[in-house]
Formats: sequence, structure tokens, C-alpha cells
Amino acid sequence: MDFAFFLIQLLNGLQYGLLLFLVASGLTLIFGIMGIINLAHGSFYMVGAYLAWSLASMTGSLAAAILLGVVLTVLLGVALEWLLIRRLYERDHLYQVLLTYGLILVFEEMRSILWGDDVHGVPVPALLAHSIPLTENLSYPVYRLVISGVCLLLALGMYLLIARTRLGMMIRAGSSNRDMVQSLGINIRLIYTLIFALGVALAAFAGMINAPLSSVFPNMGGGVLIICFVVVVIGGIGSVKGALVASLLIGLAETFGQVLVPEVAGMIVYLLMAAVLVWRPEGLFRKL
Amino acid sequence: MSSNEKGFDRREFLKGTAAVAGATAVGTLAPFGLAQAQSGKIKVGLMLPYTGTYAALGVAITNGFKLAVEERGGKLGGREIEYIVVDDESNPAKAPENANKLIQRDKVDVVIGTVHSGVALGMAKVIRETGTLWINPNAGADEVTGPLCAPNIFRTSFSNWQSTYALGKVLKAEGRKTAVFITWKYAAGEQMMAGFKEGFEKEGGKLVKELYTPFPQVEFQALLTEIASIKPDAVVAFFAGGGAAKFLKDYAAAGLKGKIPLYGSGFLTDGVLEAVGDAAEGVETTLHYADSLNTKKDNAFRLAYAKTYKLQPDVYAVQGYDAGQLLAAGLDAVKGDISSKAAMIKAMEAAKIDSPRGTWTLSKAHNPVQDMYLRKVVGKQNLVQGVAFKALADPARGCKA
Repeated sequence: MDFAFFLIQLLNGLQYGLLLFLVASGLTLIFGIMGIINLAHGSFYMVGAYLAWSLASMTGSLAAAILLGVVLTVLLGVALEWLLIRRLYERDHLYQVLLTYGLILVFEEMRSILWGDDVHGVPVPALLAHSIPLTENLSYPVYRLVISGVCLLLALGMYLLIARTRLGMMIRAGSSNRDMVQSLGINIRLIYTLIFALGVALAAFAGMINAPLSSVFPNMGGGVLIICFVVVVIGGIGSVKGALVASLLIGLAETFGQVLVPEVAGMIVYLLMAAVLVWRPEGLFRKL
Repeated sequence: MSSNEKGFDRREFLKGTAAVAGATAVGTLAPFGLAQAQSGKIKVGLMLPYTGTYAALGVAITNGFKLAVEERGGKLGGREIEYIVVDDESNPAKAPENANKLIQRDKVDVVIGTVHSGVALGMAKVIRETGTLWINPNAGADEVTGPLCAPNIFRTSFSNWQSTYALGKVLKAEGRKTAVFITWKYAAGEQMMAGFKEGFEKEGGKLVKELYTPFPQVEFQALLTEIASIKPDAVVAFFAGGGAAKFLKDYAAAGLKGKIPLYGSGFLTDGVLEAVGDAAEGVETTLHYADSLNTKKDNAFRLAYAKTYKLQPDVYAVQGYDAGQLLAAGLDAVKGDISSKAAMIKAMEAAKIDSPRGTWTLSKAHNPVQDMYLRKVVGKQNLVQGVAFKALADPARGCKA
């Protein structure tokens, strides 16, 4: 591998890492801060992708589809929290696993009924449908770079929200002692509803913005779910910064793993996770 | 005291329900068994996916099979057909149990299934033990008509090896001397890779690199960069469904399309052309079926299928249809007497199937000996360019039956 290709692979790794962060960010909130084991995270991702496809073909614009989709999925998140998740905060994790696993089945079946089982494509917006030539036969799609930019903005936004705002302070307080916060007169129920809705919307947003790259197909959430949990576990449960660092680590490890040691490429991520867990059982970063 | 009473009640209740359940079971089973013996229907067990990713394939196969039966007046060898349907969910873990259900409980005469190779391998064990007649209308695992072959095991689709072996000739004819193969790291991908390698090297080509990505991951950027740095004459790929759509788009977006020609097993471009826009334009693939064969048989089949099901048929529908035709050939020969299995198998082995894909026969290991078409993506269709390999037979390595 000469130097130019090394740099390109580095770019691939970072870009993939940022994409992973985008997909895992919603889980960081729901699992990391609320402590809810949300197996349906991948389903929200899939719902987002299908929404992007159907809304974009209705409105003719991906941007409009994303705006509309975010609103819809926030509502979906509020409704789910209000109807179902709310009943589980006091219960054992096993109940959350059961419920959210059930949601996976429900969402897959709904998807099949509403949208069918076909593979669909979402066109990249014309403005961004270019590629930048890198070598004589390889070029880099602009849309991927745009996504990377969006991911960085999102990471910054989440960091500011949690570390610097009053709402963030309440979220942090709620995640360390729910009862105490409640007795201080803060409406913790509302805050949890908000976080859950935000988490759902983030997962769906990832699916939407990623739809032109990934295509839209049944069971697309399944693969995403596992890697998201790996990101959150490596990064440290509840840490946005940790999730970002872990995403980049995984992106780089997978990219170079596939090229340098293809025989074990499928295991590299999990080896990395095992190593981190042995070295720091609590993950790379402690809370927040 | 009160809790004791409750416990007693529950035990009594359980005894009661058990007795009732037992009585109804005996009551319903006995006349059911009698009715079966008299009606004389042939019991066909359809073990296919009707939910999940492959649901559409399971439905296409079922439709094709039933169309073949309907065309014969709903009877094969003079006997009516009774269908017993099991959704295998493409779940290999449940395969032996599902196959057993059909064979032991429902006592089917023949099993038709399935799509997923892992499930097919799970079925194979049960089928080999019981000796039940099995027609596999899709799953391409080489083993089914290789090490696992048996007199009662038939396939009407393809072997993974077949789906890429013919590409060797295609690449040679188009002057490509080096190639890179890219696929998922799982059994089907590796078997297609091996088939291509054998075919390509026989023609003097050189497979310079095998690239694998973990199944079912769809992040290809690192491997596309690797391809750009290797600069082979051609890239050959096997992916399917959503993965195929993403690969075709990524290949084009990375600027490789038009610089390094892309080839593949036909599954790369089947069912995804609507999704990928013009990213697949010009991609050449080999498969045992194509969109524009324009033969008398194919046109008639496509018309009948579209009329009956209000759907366009695909390669899976053809494979299901041929499973029906193959069973018909066997049952006609023994006049519907499915108990004379040896004579029936002999007739099936000798059958010449007049298929929408073109006439085919069976190899010794019961896999189709068939023409592999060269297809090219033009617009939203896989247009046939000619026959890439005439009457290609799977080598059936490891088959001792």
C-alpha cells in the first residue's frame, strides 16, 4: 500500500467512523443516559430510511423528506415512551429487552405491510451528486463528505446540549438520581419522554441521511443494532465523547482490518471490544 | 388453607383439560387418517420462506409450482394435489424441526424447498434419513448435489459453482486477463468465488485477489479503494438484495464504473435495478435465466403467470415452475403411484424439462445441466446477450451416490 492509498484508507476509516457515530448517537442517549436497553434502535433506523424513501418520492426532495421525517419520528418517539417505555423504568432490564425485541417484530411486519419487501434506492440530491477525483481511477463522493460534516455538527450539538445547557444539567442529574431530581420539583417524566423521542429521532435521522448511500431494504436495522451497542460499550455507557472516539476507533480498525488482515476482518471489532473491556471494564470514558 | 384449595383446584383443572385434549386429539385424528387413505391425493409439502427477507422468493416459487400443476388440470399423474405449507422463516436452526413436521406428522409424499442454503443443509439431513422425495427449487449450496447427494434429492435451480463458472469464458472473450473477486465472507460467496476462479483460470486468466467483507455488512469503501490500487482488468462480484444495491451504487460513486468493468453472478443485478438507478448500467452477469429470452415457451409462461398472479415472474418463479414440471414427469411415468419410488426417480432422472429458461436435463447428482446466459444491464432490464456457456454441468464433487 503506497502512501496515497494509505491516506485514502485513513479517510475511509474516519468517514465510516463518523457514520457509525451518527447511527449510534441515538442509542447513546437512550441506553447511556436513560439506562433503557433499546433493541428496537435498529428498527428506528430502518423506519427513518423507509420514511426518507417514501417521503422523498412524494415530495421530490430529500431535504423536505428529512424535515418531515424528523417531525414524524419525534412524535413516534413520544408516543412509544408514553404508551410503553414509561412503564419499564422501575423494572428489570429483562422486561425492556422483551418489550423492545417485540417492537422489532412489530416494526418489521408493519414495514412489510406498508412498504413491501423490495429494495429501494434514494437518489443523492443533485447538488451533492458529484465525486472528487483522488487518483487516476478512484474518486470520493461529495455526499459522503457532507454526511461526515453533519456527523461532526451533531456530535458538537449533543455535547453542548448535555454539558452546557440547563436541560442538559437536568438530564445528567436525572440519570444519576431520578428520585432526587423529582423531589427537587423537576418534571423528570417529561425529560425522559424528551430524551427518548430525541433518541428515536436521531436513529431515524441516521437512517434518512444515510438512505442514499445504503439503499433501503428489509431487515436493514439488524446489522446496525449490534455495531451500535459495540460503540456504546467501548465508548463508555452514557458518554457522547466516548461514543465518538469509539466510532472512529472502530471505523479505522475495520477499514484497515479488511485490507491488511482480511482473514479476521469479521472479528476485529469484537476483538477490539474485548480488549477495551479487559483494560477498562467501564469503557473508554466515564459518564458524560 | 385457602391457598391449598387453590392448588387442588388447579390440579383438578389441569387433569380435566388434559383429558379433554386427549379425547379431542383421538377424536379428530382417527377419521382424518381414514379420509386421507381414501381421497388418494398426493401430499406436497411446501417448505419455503413466507416471512422475512426472502418472503417474496418463497411466494414466487409457490406461484410457479402451482402454475405448473394448474396447467395440468390441477392433477399430476392423474391424482389431485394437496398442499401442506410450512413457513421456514429462512431460519436454519428450525430447519430439521420443520422438515420433520412435514415428513413425520403430515406424512407428505414430496417436499419442495427452500430458498436459504443454510436451511437446505438442515433439511438435507432429515431428507437423507427418511428417504423422502425432495425437490429443491432454489438453495444453491454446492453440497446439496455434492457430498449430500442422494437418489431422492433433486434440484431445479443452480449450484453456486454454476452461477459464476461461466464468467471465465466471458472475461476471456472480452480480453480481461486479471480479475479481483469481491463478496461476503460466507458459504455461498466462497463457493461462487471458487467457481469463478476455476472457470477463469481454465481460460488462462489470473484471479489476483479475493476480497471479502463480513456478512451481511455493506460498508465497501475500504475494499473499493483496495481495488483501485490493484487496478485489475475486471472486477467480479457476488452480493444480493440490499447489499447488491449498495455495492453497485458505491462502485459507481467511487468512480470505478467505466474504468474497471464490473461482472457478477446474476443475483448481483436481479431485483435491484429499480433501486440503483443508472449505477448498474452495462454490468454483465451470468445466470440461467434473463428478462428478454423471447422464446415461445418463455413468452407463454410469462403471460400465464402475469395473468394468474398479476405479477411479473422472475427466476425464482421459473425454478418453482420447473419443480412442478419435474414432479409431473415423475408422477406421469408411474401413473400417480408414488409408492413405486424407484421407477419414479428413474423417470425424473431421464426427464427433459421444457422450461421457460430453455430445455434442461439433470446431471447424475440431480442438478440441472443448463445453458448459462450472458446478460447485460440495459435500462432497468437484464437483457440477454447470448449463451455464455452451453449445457453447463456442476462437477458434483464429493457425490458418491
